[in-house]
Amino acid sequence: MVSKKAWIEKRKNVVLMVRILLAVSIILLLLDLVIHRHALFTWEGWFGFYGFYGFVACVALVFAAKVLRKLIMRREDYYDR
Amino acid sequence: MIGSLPPALIFFAGALLVALAPGRLRPMLTLLVPLVGGWNLWCVAQGGGFEVALFDYQLELLRADKLAMLFGILFHLATFLACLYAFHVRDRSQQVSSLLYAGGALGAVYAGDMITLFVAWEIMAVSSVFLIWARRTPRASAAGMRYLIVQICSGLLLLTGALLHISETGSPAFGPMGLNSLAGILVFVAFGIKCAFPLVHSWLTDAYPEATPSGMVFLSAFTTKVAVYGLARSYAGTEVLIYIGTAMAMFPIFFAVIENDLRRVLAFSLINQVGFMVVGIGIGSELALNGAVSHAFNDVLFKGLLLMSMGAVLHQTGKINGSELGGLYKSMPITTGLCIVGAASISAFPLFSGFVSKSMVMVAAAEEGHWIVWLMLLFASAGVFHHAGIKIPFFAFFAHDSGIRTREPPLNMLLAMGMAAALCILIGVFPSLLYGFLPWDVHYVPYTADHVLSQLQLLFFSALAFAWLNLAKLYPPELPSVNLDVDWLYRRLGMGSVRRAERAWKKAEQSFADLISHGAGALHRAAAQHYGPTSVLARTWSTGFSALWVVILLGICLILYYL
Repeated sequence: MVSKKAWIEKRKNVVLMVRILLAVSIILLLLDLVIHRHALFTWEGWFGFYGFYGFVACVALVFAAKVLRKLIMRREDYYDR
Repeated sequence: MIGSLPPALIFFAGALLVALAPGRLRPMLTLLVPLVGGWNLWCVAQGGGFEVALFDYQLELLRADKLAMLFGILFHLATFLACLYAFHVRDRSQQVSSLLYAGGALGAVYAGDMITLFVAWEIMAVSSVFLIWARRTPRASAAGMRYLIVQICSGLLLLTGALLHISETGSPAFGPMGLNSLAGILVFVAFGIKCAFPLVHSWLTDAYPEATPSGMVFLSAFTTKVAVYGLARSYAGTEVLIYIGTAMAMFPIFFAVIENDLRRVLAFSLINQVGFMVVGIGIGSELALNGAVSHAFNDVLFKGLLLMSMGAVLHQTGKINGSELGGLYKSMPITTGLCIVGAASISAFPLFSGFVSKSMVMVAAAEEGHWIVWLMLLFASAGVFHHAGIKIPFFAFFAHDSGIRTREPPLNMLLAMGMAAALCILIGVFPSLLYGFLPWDVHYVPYTADHVLSQLQLLFFSALAFAWLNLAKLYPPELPSVNLDVDWLYRRLGMGSVRRAERAWKKAEQSFADLISHGAGALHRAAAQHYGPTSVLARTWSTGFSALWVVILLGICLILYYL
């Protein structure tokens, strides 16, 4: 059914895209040094606060969700039986 | 010239026409209704009211202040887009009920009194359930019934609260209430149920994803937004809403990450977005309220767009579970692109609509010093990007190739999605278009260098986290499953108890029936013994014996008379 792999599916292209993402992220992080932030809370002004928080939040979210899955996941026909 | 009619009446009349019209005319009529409504709305904006008397009360069917007008415009727009999306549908019940439902929502928004509000509230409840039942599966009919019961409960609470309120204040006006009276609390809970407050939210995630593809687009636009409108109208600045809203923004994201049905993921994300609005209403400053209602406006558009794109996937492939989809970008490239616009908007990317409204709530929370709330909302912002911004397009259109080859959806679906996407970008690029309609003056400027930068950092590092988790195979895979939620209480525990009670009742009924039949048998036997063909009283007596008895009885009569 699946003929040849599309550009987006090749491993090396996936790695390339992730590298571009990483590079853009680092540039955004470094812009913190240039652009002044009108911080309403002190921690907002810390270097890289938003990037760090976003990364940690998503990792924490996924690990918490995996624990949650252990607790609440049931078979698809759970309510139909 | 129909100028200044209550918008709901136009929609109800439209629904009646659609009910009577022949098949080919009906889709055209459904599109015409929001257009005629829009013209009427323009007349309404020029001023005018509409009152009718019911017994001693003046019912105000058309209170067109700025708050009502914002939601009125939004609902006309949403109806038009959803009707366009449903243009290919030939099911009369869906066409009629969706117009009645939209009319109910408009009736509630323009209602100036509690009685009108209640009637509109109930019309919404009863008409919307047909959009779920129209799927015509056993699961949809069961989920629809559960949905209807919850909606009717909300309606009963609203009725009780409204009647108490009227008897306390003497006026049926629908205005600021607060939580100081029992009436206020009852109405608050009624709004809260429709708003999907935590613990009373599962009707939404249970029933919405069982609706038809176009049905869910209608459902996501109206019920929760009318509740948000009601809260903004009656409970602005009620502190408890800040904490309720934060919980709403937080908890659904965990469920969304592990949910397999992609439309159910969006149902969780709907609660998450409404959470931001509820926080804004709870804060109650002009900035916060503007943020809440403008986010409601944007949410209808981008959530509608996301649901339309997932509905298109369901319509074309018959599948909606992440575990069964993937690689669809090859056969549905336009839908993929439009879905990504919706995903960027809900994630609040700069130049997309979410960016210009959600941040108002965030800034308002920071200005009032709610730092824990602010941190949690920021967590939820990263989370929404994670589950709605990335997960939805990724698992439907990319990820592993499921091998499904299909086609783009019908032109009307693509047009509706395209218009919604255009509006998302338009509002994102020119926020003043939306800000001009907001109920309070807007001094907020979304496009500052540090706001754009901080939002981009948040999003890019969230995306980085997703990429890392996925490549490291740490990301929870999409699995065919059911995740337990509060509805377990009534679907499993409650139904189990009901079944046990039913069995106990049947047993009791059986023994009662046994008792009765035993008793009746004994009675019957006793009667047969005395009155049966061979019993004492049925014996035949000789004439002489009878004559003797007559003489004796007459003698006794004579003696009694003589005495």
